[in-house]
Amino acid sequence: MNLTLHVWRQANAAAPGRMERYDARNVSEDMSFLEMLDVVNEQLIAESKEPIAFEHDCREGICGSCGFMVNGVAHGPQRGTTVCQLHMRHFKDGEELYLEPWRATAFPVLKDLVVDRGALDRIIAAGGYVSVRTGSAPDGNAISVPKEAADISMDAAACIGCGACVAACPNAAAALFTGAKISHLGTLPQGQAERSRRALRMVEQLSLEDFGACTNIGECEAACPKQIPIEMIARMNHDHLKAAWQTRGARKSGGGE
Amino acid sequence: MSTAALAPPNSARSLFSSVIVKKAIMAATGAALYLFVTVHLLGNLQVFLGPEAINTYAAKLKSIPEILWGARLGLLTLVGLHILTTIQLMKINSKARPVAYAKKANSASTAASRTMYLSGPTIAAFIVYHLLHLTVGSAHPQFSETDVYSNIVFGFRVWWVSAAYLVAMALLCTHLSHGVQSMFQSLGFNHPKHTPRIKKFAHAVGLIYFAGFASMPLAALSGFLPPFFERL
Amino acid sequence: MKLDSRIPSGPIEQAWDQARFDMKLVNPANKRKFNVIVVGSGLAGGSAAASLGELGYNVKCFCFQDSPRRAHSIAAQGGINAAKNYQNDGDSIYRLFYDTVKGGDFRAREYNVYRLAQNSVNIIDQCVAQGVPFAREYGGALANRSFGGAQVSRTFYARGQTGQQLLLGAYQALEAQVDAGSVKMYTRTEMLDLVIINGKARGIITRNLVTGQIESHAADAVILATGGYGNVFYLSTNAKGSNCTAIWRAHKRGAAFANPCFTQIHPTCIPVSGDYQSKLTLMSESLRNDGRIWVPLKGGDKRSPSQIPENERDYYLERRYPSFGNLVPRDVASRAAKAVCDEGRGVGETGLGVYLDFADSIKRLGKNAIEERYGNLFEMYNRITGEDPYTQPMRIYPAIHYTMGGLWVDYQLMSTIPGMFVLGEANFSDHGANRLGASALMQGLSDGYFVIPYTLGNYLASNKLEKVDTSAPEFAATTKEVNDTIARMLSIKGKRTVSSYHRELGKIMWDNCGMGRNAEGLTKAIQQIQALRQEYWQNVNVPGSGADLNQQLENAGRVADFLELGELMCRDALARNESCGGHFREEYQTEEGEAMRDDENFQYAAAWEYGGENAEPILNKEPLEFKYVHPAQRSYK
Ligand SMILES: Cc1cc2nc3c(=O)[nH]c(=O)nc-3n(C[C@H](O)[C@H](O)[C@H](O)COP(=O)(O)OP(=O)(O)OC[C@H]3O[C@@H](n4cnc5c(N)ncnc54)[C@H](O)[C@@H]3O)c2cc1C
Ligand code: HEM
Ligand code: SF4
Ligand code: FES
Repeated sequence: MNLTLHVWRQANAAAPGRMERYDARNVSEDMSFLEMLDVVNEQLIAESKEPIAFEHDCREGICGSCGFMVNGVAHGPQRGTTVCQLHMRHFKDGEELYLEPWRATAFPVLKDLVVDRGALDRIIAAGGYVSVRTGSAPDGNAISVPKEAADISMDAAACIGCGACVAACPNAAAALFTGAKISHLGTLPQGQAERSRRALRMVEQLSLEDFGACTNIGECEAACPKQIPIEMIARMNHDHLKAAWQTRGARKSGGGE
Repeated sequence: MSTAALAPPNSARSLFSSVIVKKAIMAATGAALYLFVTVHLLGNLQVFLGPEAINTYAAKLKSIPEILWGARLGLLTLVGLHILTTIQLMKINSKARPVAYAKKANSASTAASRTMYLSGPTIAAFIVYHLLHLTVGSAHPQFSETDVYSNIVFGFRVWWVSAAYLVAMALLCTHLSHGVQSMFQSLGFNHPKHTPRIKKFAHAVGLIYFAGFASMPLAALSGFLPPFFERL
Repeated sequence: MKLDSRIPSGPIEQAWDQARFDMKLVNPANKRKFNVIVVGSGLAGGSAAASLGELGYNVKCFCFQDSPRRAHSIAAQGGINAAKNYQNDGDSIYRLFYDTVKGGDFRAREYNVYRLAQNSVNIIDQCVAQGVPFAREYGGALANRSFGGAQVSRTFYARGQTGQQLLLGAYQALEAQVDAGSVKMYTRTEMLDLVIINGKARGIITRNLVTGQIESHAADAVILATGGYGNVFYLSTNAKGSNCTAIWRAHKRGAAFANPCFTQIHPTCIPVSGDYQSKLTLMSESLRNDGRIWVPLKGGDKRSPSQIPENERDYYLERRYPSFGNLVPRDVASRAAKAVCDEGRGVGETGLGVYLDFADSIKRLGKNAIEERYGNLFEMYNRITGEDPYTQPMRIYPAIHYTMGGLWVDYQLMSTIPGMFVLGEANFSDHGANRLGASALMQGLSDGYFVIPYTLGNYLASNKLEKVDTSAPEFAATTKEVNDTIARMLSIKGKRTVSSYHRELGKIMWDNCGMGRNAEGLTKAIQQIQALRQEYWQNVNVPGSGADLNQQLENAGRVADFLELGELMCRDALARNESCGGHFREEYQTEEGEAMRDDENFQYAAAWEYGGENAEPILNKEPLEFKYVHPAQRSYK
């Protein structure tokens, strides 16, 4: 099949960008979307043009490197699928595709379809962990975790940190990403000690990074390649509100951390 | 930007600077306003019981100024807080995506949910008009301090007034059809079984309340609500 | 070159305890004064950086991805082994040790492996405490599954995303240290060279992949945890970015490269479908627990699988290896698949594939049980092939998956360059000639959490390290070399793209240094690679400049290194006149086609020393001793 691509090209973070048109010829159905772009790039190089920069690594839908908008949908049209796992059999001959980078103040474009998602790391650094000194842990089975809790936790932990939820959200909120981590750790017994602190600090970091505020409309859930449900956002809201309430007077009474 | 190497965010100021707390305030005030709307709707529907019923109801409300002014002040505060948080979140969100997509498709959101920031302010404008029209009366040519029934009937006989009410009510009800489900989520409640039910309930609220509110101007326009004495 | 493996003496059970006791300690107040570089943020690097930061060292951690969480460890699916014996099925530290030495076909160091088995137990505890959501039984206890090459259930897993969850645990610990200020993370930064001062590793040269800036970083010790080099084959299950650059450049600076030809071929991958194919996708080995592998009895049988009756199917693994059946180790399963395909009985359009059939399991356990176990893998298979494995058997074929070889390290994980340590898949240490499933994650975390925190301290405390900063002339000299190489690559502007060379190299390697190897093919391959390398430096086209984000340039450097490493692999394979583990020399096989080891002549680790540009590398041998597990022909019959 043959396709027409409109791709956002931008030389670097400071340069202005624009959409440019390319032809993708003789695309095979069995190709992945990124393999299709590989072929386009080989062609561009042969024509002494700059290949299109896009991020990728595992190409198995697990590392979270890849991701851009395909016709206004994060990771493209197939639900629950990263763009590296999206195959060309889902497109029709002659289709026109618009490829754009994730857009958010918190995700500056570095080049073409590549954005800087460092903000997501900083959200984790703000509290998305359980503090445990190496070697000091009790026996694995000393902490019993009901299967149900382990399952919910795993559902949340499946997040690959791709940023599609931010890209799809009209407010560029990172609520699903943050909610997923807060839920992953908050549903496990191991995560209880730092549950309040985590919910307070991670949410505060969201604002420091200029992410928007959630309006509960569910675009994130639809775009998420791991189908993380927005229930995880409610869990974050719950934990955060509870923590905010519990610590409301803490500073007045001289309490710090 | 480095992570918040600040003190733990637990002072009163940072409590309210949290977007989630703001959203919770929005939800709590929204819920209270939603209750008010419910009571208001039921009260107003008494117009169909005839002038006596609704006028007595209105007189009773006005007879205890403490309650009346308490309620008015309370409502004003609620609306004020609801609007304040709206403005604050709007500011945050307008900064969050500086460059729009050339192409953007919506996959899950509803029109109601995407237009909360339009329906809300329109309702605010409407509330001002509504107060001038049926509470203060300065926007009502035939306003009577005591005859609420006639205020309604004559007010709605002007077609463009009815039209304005209908539009505003449609927006209020779309606002509620998302708002009523959204507030649970904002307050941290989401349940695999109950949430889908709440969603259905919220949509039903939107439709039913619209039917209730719209019935009054439509009835007045169509002549179904008779004027009980002609003041002209 | 002298190889001092620093293996402790004394009984193996107490060796690690004793070694730890004998090690020197760094005074807590002094740790902060030591700068440590960790290159790599996978399971090995991430866990090392987090633990060292927590101990108080001043750590800089590097990765080329945009976040440490994306290191290739994230892709591991199946699980991680640990000798917990939670299933009460007869497991023990000794048994895990035994299985690993035997699985490695007697080409690993016993003392290293024993320590690995000991640490395995602590790893699970550590990860559970971090919040890794391992699968649980209804009673709340940890669940296990069994994995190829073992007869006990000792594999811990988190759905089909074990590597992801373990890495997130390490990543979160790492980010906590970043927040605490003890680790500084450099993402999108690639190490391009090692700086040696007075014979010791004292820093690295990196390229900022966004700005193109070449930067110097000085330290008291350098830890490489940069993963495996399976991408020398172009098509492999590794992530596209996985590369050998860090270890290869360190090799050229004096680190011995051990057993480069020991590569693992994974039997269950989705077969290749076209020339544009950019990578191969692994279907977790755990699938072999419930799937049965077969091909048609007759060659050229083109009927659809459902039309082939039972008695015309050959369940060749169950037939040839009745006691292990479909769970034979990877090398055995892979070669068996190749053998049936070579006989013309392969399935699918290319004839390079065998069936992995779940029909029986679905009948026995129900579709739900299978979905619960493998749902995400089935989905992935469906996404890629468009076929539904619930109703028709999967097609699978072996693919390059893991590299047992790597930089030579001693018992303390130090390379032949003092002050440079190597962890995880990047070193050669624990798996011998073949790695058992679910053991790489274990090794990476053992190295990072439980070995390096001791051995690094020992090095720092027992060496007098003079103060060094990036103004030392060695930094300028190495920087110049790095800049020259980049400039040279960019100036060629020839006719062929970088990936066309990579593809060609991959084909040479797969054909001659893949599942089956022989002297003739290897000799030819060495010549072909040399010629290809020569052409590369005259005719490659690397577009753009070095001053910004340039993915072609990044790749060009990696492919240039693969073009050198590939040759060394072939030389190593040629020098090892035996078959063992993943290294199968066609000349050395039994009559039934099983591998024939030669313990008399080849019971050693081959540690290759860089000979210089266009000079032959030098082979050093570290003899291996087996005091506990006596070498025997592996048998899985
Ligand atoms: C598909 C797949 C499935 C697997 N499944 C399993 C399994 O079920 N069980 C099991 O035990 N093992 C499994 N393995 C093997 C296992 O995942 C790896 O061996 C292991 O994760 C390697 O970890 P590592 O920390 O050594 O390296 P990696 O995780 O590869 O990390 C390498 C790090 O080094 C960085 N890096 C590399 N080069 C440079 C450079 N030049 N400059 C700066 N940074 C650099 C990278 O950015 C990265 O952070 C699997 C492997 C694959 C491919
Ligand atoms: C009678 C009047 C009103 C009622 C009953 C009402 C009700 C609600 C409810 C129940 C919510 C849900 C809260 C949540 O999402 O957590 C809500 C949200 C909201 N309201 Fe109102 N509201 C009213 C008037 C207004 C006005 C006057 C404005 C604006 C000026 C406004 C703007 C908003 C906005 C912006 C939201 C947030 C939507 C979102 O985040 O999805 N509302 N409202
Ligand atoms: S929540 Fe989903 S969309 Fe968002 S970062 Fe995680 S995996 Fe990506
Ligand atoms: S490239 Fe790893 S998720 Fe797409």
